[in-house]
Amino acid sequence: MYGVVVFPGSNCDHDCYHVIKHVTKKPAQFIWHKQDSIDKNIKTIILPGGFSYGDYLRSGALAQFSPIIKAVKKFAQSGGLVIGICNGFQILCEAHMLPGVLMRNKSLKFICKNLPLKVVNNKLPFTKGYKENQVITLPIAHADGNYYAEKETIAELEKYNQIVFRYCSPDGEITDQFNPNGSIGNIAGITNRDGNVLGMMPHPERCAEELLGNTDGKIIFESLGNN
Amino acid sequence: MKEPEITKELIKDHGITDEEYSRIIEILGRKPSFTELGIFSVMWSEHCSYKSSRLHLRNFPTKAKWVIQGPGENAGVIDIGDDIAAIFKIESHNHPSYIEPYQGAATGVGGILRDVFTMGARPVASLNSLRFGELSDPYQRHLFGGVVSGIAGYGNCMGVPTIGGEISAHPCYNGNILVNVFNLGLSKKDKIFYGSAAGVGNHVIYVGAKTGKDGIHGVTMASEEFTDDAEQKKPTVQVGDPFTEKLLLEACLEAMKKELIVGIQDMGGAGLTSSSSEMAGRAGTGVELELSEVPLRESDMIPYEIMLSESQERMLLVCTDGKKDELIDIFKKWELDATVIGRVTNDGKLRIKWHGNTVAEIEASKISDKAPLYDRPSKKPDYQDDLNKLDISTIPEPNDYNEVFLRILSLPSIASKSLVWEQYDHMVRTNTVQLPGTSAGVIRIKATTKALAMSVDCNSRYCYLDPYLGGMHAVAEAARNVACTGAVPMAVTNCLNFGNPEKPEVMWQLKNAIIGIAEACTELNTPVISGNVSLYNETKGSAIFPTPVIGVVGMIEDVSNVISHSFKSGGDKIILIGDTLNELGGSDYLALIHSKEMGVPPALNLKKERALHELLAELSNDKLVNSAQDCSDGGLMAAMAECCIDKGFGASIDLSALASGIRTDALLFGESASRVVVSCDEKDVVKVSEKVINKGLTFNIIGTVVKDGRFTVIINNRSVIDLGVSRLLDVYSNSLANALK
Repeated sequence: MYGVVVFPGSNCDHDCYHVIKHVTKKPAQFIWHKQDSIDKNIKTIILPGGFSYGDYLRSGALAQFSPIIKAVKKFAQSGGLVIGICNGFQILCEAHMLPGVLMRNKSLKFICKNLPLKVVNNKLPFTKGYKENQVITLPIAHADGNYYAEKETIAELEKYNQIVFRYCSPDGEITDQFNPNGSIGNIAGITNRDGNVLGMMPHPERCAEELLGNTDGKIIFESLGNN
Repeated sequence: MKEPEITKELIKDHGITDEEYSRIIEILGRKPSFTELGIFSVMWSEHCSYKSSRLHLRNFPTKAKWVIQGPGENAGVIDIGDDIAAIFKIESHNHPSYIEPYQGAATGVGGILRDVFTMGARPVASLNSLRFGELSDPYQRHLFGGVVSGIAGYGNCMGVPTIGGEISAHPCYNGNILVNVFNLGLSKKDKIFYGSAAGVGNHVIYVGAKTGKDGIHGVTMASEEFTDDAEQKKPTVQVGDPFTEKLLLEACLEAMKKELIVGIQDMGGAGLTSSSSEMAGRAGTGVELELSEVPLRESDMIPYEIMLSESQERMLLVCTDGKKDELIDIFKKWELDATVIGRVTNDGKLRIKWHGNTVAEIEASKISDKAPLYDRPSKKPDYQDDLNKLDISTIPEPNDYNEVFLRILSLPSIASKSLVWEQYDHMVRTNTVQLPGTSAGVIRIKATTKALAMSVDCNSRYCYLDPYLGGMHAVAEAARNVACTGAVPMAVTNCLNFGNPEKPEVMWQLKNAIIGIAEACTELNTPVISGNVSLYNETKGSAIFPTPVIGVVGMIEDVSNVISHSFKSGGDKIILIGDTLNELGGSDYLALIHSKEMGVPPALNLKKERALHELLAELSNDKLVNSAQDCSDGGLMAAMAECCIDKGFGASIDLSALASGIRTDALLFGESASRVVVSCDEKDVVKVSEKVINKGLTFNIIGTVVKDGRFTVIINNRSVIDLGVSRLLDVYSNSLANALK
């Protein structure tokens, strides 16, 4: 069973639920942000995109204090799988479940666009359906996706293979020209050391159906099996 | 604030004429209180009462068997089958956006979303139609940036995709920009909610954000011309909070799903005043409110201010006693205020109390029924006939068509708007089948095979040259854009942006545009189901071009049949459907290259237009064409460029067969109506031609899609255009960014 957390202001909650339930045909339920525990049958939790608490103060900054986040931390510590997409990634960083911060895009503008990404780590439960260094296309839709962390942290992320996706050219080159938001090292997604918590700015749930022109995102949901 | 005496000056400051004041006295049987004066002033403002336009709006066709709700409600409703209703409307936020572009545009989006979810629909797609003055002016660039950010800021946070729209720039908008926002929502057909205060004894409940002093007299401001004091009107602009609106949306939909609501209306323009009086008026009941129960942001507000505040993100609900607690609990769950502020009565009165004392008491139905209705004088402008005189034989033909082509492609209305729509979340809700930048936005309807296509359009230069024909063109073009996706156009919403109706010339434009729109809607079988009128778009006596923006929604039964505008494969044949005439009047070419905004707009035959739409639906159904693109602004060449650029194809075009009796510039850039460029596999050419001819339309093969990166046009063995597609792409992609630098 997948659990999709609903914060006040979440707006990709229905989209994630739709893909899990109606596209990959797996069971899913919503989890209200005021819940302080997680049902035993839930094996994967999704923190969806949107503007939790209006993104007031800072994106994700208020959501970290909600009761559900305490429960999600416990869930992750005991090995449960967690994916934070967009605002979910911002929340994971604010809650210190992942290192680093997501700052305002270099252009200072919201960007919604399909972009090529390189799958740097395909050894995770989330990404095992991709080939190593495969170039995929996923859309981003954010104003605060400019990933930053101290040099030492980046070195550690690299050392432990925690960088999962990087923005790249259609041929897989990782250059400034193909960095949409100013992220350090073109980072688009990272995982924790244990590999069970994934944070990513791009939206895999938006490209999981042929009808929408792209199914590269579906692989993440398929990789997770039946949970 | 203290309540002032009712003096002549005060009445005048409220925009109420002597005749209107006598009407107030007649309704009340006495002099109004200050609160009552405020109520009448906003309810009888042009914005709320439509006093100058109402008489003429009656010309619109509003019925068809698929129309569930026509004009008069918060939004119009059509039946799209599968027990689903589509609810949509377009609205203007012009005046506030000129004063404060970010908040003006943002609250415009907030308002139209509330209009749609008030009716029980979840908003699923937005469009917008934006018009600015000359972008060489830094203030216009500031407005441009602010408006786009405001739309993005509000719409993105709400999780409603903005899937298309139009943008143009013209000096006539230097003093009055236009910000028109459209939204469409979906609901179950039998779960539509209305703004009705039914059921005597029921509770009247206030939900959402607290009431502050913002936006007081916003609607009055929007019913006046600008002078030099636009800056001083900032306090009349509301401030938006999309997060609160998102909570309000979810809470309202939850309460509706649980059937806890009898009637509901948003507090938009004229706030608590319009919502309470209109709900009572529609139900034929009365409403009594105790204003001391209204949640306030500022404690020193008086009844007048509370009634007139246009604070955003508020709703007025009516519910039965038995459902009250459950209803309030839902709003509490979403951390919103929900307070009983009154009840439905049987005396037909809008009665406003303040700590138990009555401060206003008006026959609710009379506020709207007895609202002024003006048949304002109209007169054809003196300049009109001269404007229409154009002898195209005096227009020199250019030598270098490559250069002309690139200049036309660089117009803000034609060049790529990706730098704008990439700031809008256009994919959230995972329904967007066609990305913005195409002829029409298309969303699939989950749990069905269907899709809806929608487009907003208006060529205001055409309307300036001939409001009647221009109004028709606006409908035809919006419907054609929708038809190009394979959809059948079903219904229209419109936003009529005009100058000061007290000027007979403006009234003439408005009346004629309405007649043109009405005729086109009748002929194309697309009734008007909702809309908005924005008058007084004038600054220092200078009016905008008449700009009746038309939104058309159409349906495709099978989403897999949706056609996009871009060429799909090399070797495909390019076909022009429709007649190309020797006409240049009102064209972008004439305005840009020859600095003439004159002549008459292209001729329009609505029967052929409708046949064209039927043809496109058949071509889509039979999967016979690989692309379809409407030919309008910038003519055939602009249309062709848009077909090529998306996927980097070139085109090898020969127009010799069309060239007899037609000037080369008219052939390339003329804007003859009811034309579409399609591409198809060579094997399907005969089938396509048979279908075109069966509909009585003109069929011409004009070229082939090529993969060599060249865009070439020859006429009678003479090369007139020869450019690399990369050059077209460069100009198309970068012109708007350059104009905004």
